Amino acid sequence: MSYAADPEAIARELNGAHPGAVLETSRHRGQAALLVDPERVLEALGWLREGPGGGYAFLASLHAADYLPAEPRFGVHYELLCMERVERLRVKALLANPGDGDLPVIDSCVSLFPTAEFQEREAYDFFGIEFRGHPDLRRILMPEDYEGWPQRRDFPLGGEPVIFTHNEHTTPNWYD
Amino acid sequence: MRREKLRRAAPLDEPAATGDLKIRQQRARALLRGELEGEELERHVRESVITTSFDAAVRWARSNAIWPATFGLACCAIEMMSMVSARYDAARYGAEVFRASPRQADLLILSGRVSIKMAPVVRRIYDQMLEPKWVISMGACSSSGGMFANYAVVQGADKFMPVDVHVPGCPPRPEALMHALLKLQRKVQERPDLGWRARYGAAGTEEPARLAREQERA
Repeated sequence: MSYAADPEAIARELNGAHPGAVLETSRHRGQAALLVDPERVLEALGWLREGPGGGYAFLASLHAADYLPAEPRFGVHYELLCMERVERLRVKALLANPGDGDLPVIDSCVSLFPTAEFQEREAYDFFGIEFRGHPDLRRILMPEDYEGWPQRRDFPLGGEPVIFTHNEHTTPNWYD
Repeated sequence: MRREKLRRAAPLDEPAATGDLKIRQQRARALLRGELEGEELERHVRESVITTSFDAAVRWARSNAIWPATFGLACCAIEMMSMVSARYDAARYGAEVFRASPRQADLLILSGRVSIKMAPVVRRIYDQMLEPKWVISMGACSSSGGMFANYAVVQGADKFMPVDVHVPGCPPRPEALMHALLKLQRKVQERPDLGWRARYGAAGTEEPARLAREQERA
């Protein structure tokens, strides 16, 4: 499965249609990616889907990432696929953490790709990224009354130490 | 030809040395005809009737018909299913009838990890089962969380429901699960008072006790 050969050309065309939408292009191990302005992600995705140089009409995956020490901290990744040319393109948007318990916000792309509905709910469930304009944004995998965003890097791992004979001295009075 | 050979080896009309068996057979026939009386009748009754307490008989019957609920949580369920296959044959212990309704099941086998989203469901199924009921926690995950030491999995199913037998293993082989079943049978037969109510301090939650309390209130 091949990636778009020339992301720079796509970025030039896209920036011609929507100036300032693409901030950066990159290729990593042959995988082409566009870094877009999070405020204009809908314009960029819409152009890639419908525009003359696009044709990326299939959203293969939408996922989030937490790059904790880095700033801006959160990433939302869109894996696009052009069915005619069998060509992939990755679109990334980086979101800063607003702090004070507020959630980072990005536009929902359900209007462009209906398949994004559940995937955006998953990103919201695990990373606490709010998708503006999502028709039904609530938790999808964790219980509805769950507190916290468990896949964030600053979320405690959870679990309990299991007492074996070799480590029982580390937990005094474990038998009480 | 073959039948002839068998006949010569063990002639039907002349039973081998067990003359005692022959006499007992004849005595049983005489009893059925109503011709047995006196000392011989006494002896027949003494030889063919066992006395036991009613409780012991009930416990014996219970322990040999422990029907599990059809309920699999994860990969351990594969081993649980193979326990009832022809190779392992849990029917030998009367535990092959997986009931599709918790109302008809006596045993809940927690076969796999219990996620915190699943825990209320498991607990509801357990509550729907009729008493007496038992629980086997199968495998490392449902006993202690196992390899899933994370935010999503309950670290040991006995945090939210009483468990009678824990089976170690990841997953345990069907033999291990059958061993747990035999342990449970011994528990049911010999020491029924070691049930979860004593261990979890839950006296007074029995169905009849609850009914009596409600009647008192009414």
